[in-house]
Amino acid sequence: MVKSLEELAKIREQAKKALAAREGEAETKIVVGMGTCGIAAGAREVMAAILDELAKRDLGTVTVTQTGCVGLCDKEPLVDVIKPGQPKVTYGRVDAERARRIVAQHVVNDQVVGEWVVGTSS
Amino acid sequence: MKEIALHVLDIVQNSIEAGATRVAVTVTEDTERDLLTVEIVDNGRGMPPDVTGAATDPFVTTRRTRPVGLGLPLLALAARQSGGSLRVDSRPGEGTRVLATFGLGHIDRPPLGDMALTLACLMAANPTLDLDYVHVRDGREFRVSSADLRSRLDGVSLGNPAVFAFVRDYIRAGIREVSNAGGTEGQARGTMGAGTSTEPAGDRALSN
Repeated sequence: MVKSLEELAKIREQAKKALAAREGEAETKIVVGMGTCGIAAGAREVMAAILDELAKRDLGTVTVTQTGCVGLCDKEPLVDVIKPGQPKVTYGRVDAERARRIVAQHVVNDQVVGEWVVGTSS
Repeated sequence: MKEIALHVLDIVQNSIEAGATRVAVTVTEDTERDLLTVEIVDNGRGMPPDVTGAATDPFVTTRRTRPVGLGLPLLALAARQSGGSLRVDSRPGEGTRVLATFGLGHIDRPPLGDMALTLACLMAANPTLDLDYVHVRDGREFRVSSADLRSRLDGVSLGNPAVFAFVRDYIRAGIREVSNAGGTEGQARGTMGAGTSTEPAGDRALSN
């Protein structure tokens, strides 16, 4: 086995430290559309890019979840960013590259990437 | 869908929407029988017989956002195009079992694709879901369960981004090991088969 489960213990301890450093920070939620439409449009790669970017930036308090079809199939892959105390921002036609920029610009620096927004709601 | 792994992602999303807390995915590659089977069993709310029977009809869906559902019909199409079939069994209150079969060597079979990425995404996005995966190739087996991984994480969520890459790479390595070992074993068996098949071939020639 190339990767051993023992390595997971190391990652776990690092993750605990990273989480402790961010204790008390309000949680940001990211939701990726994973209905048939989203998946066919590349949602899995989008989710992988988001998780990878969050890991690189040690953002262990951001949670990434999935949802089904919300009826905006032609705008898939859809990504919602929900920051505490702010309205939900929905991005459309997201690919891996856009996903990374959304993390850097919106999640980290609080600047909505206006050109890809398909809707906001509180 | 370009990959069987994407169909799996799609069908498991159905399970999650059906309230499943436990999903078991089994992929079996059998080179001798030239058969690939993908089975997804969940403990979701299940479907009554009339819905189950029509589940591969794109115009039957329980969704309210659109009147069409394409997940199972697309999987059924992919299976049939490669000489296989799709079977859906469900019991209300108990769960649903989806079984897709494919001709393993059929030219129209979609590739398995990145199953590890599918599973790692599912575990990251649904950290409390019990997701079991078994990959069998010619009797060799790789198993991974989210419950086992979770128990090793001591309170750190399976959804933690730092854990995601490990889970993906761990499953990739496991599947590769099973596939490679199966490949060389299959080759070895093939060579042996070719060696011994000269005699039956001679018999056949005689009987003709």
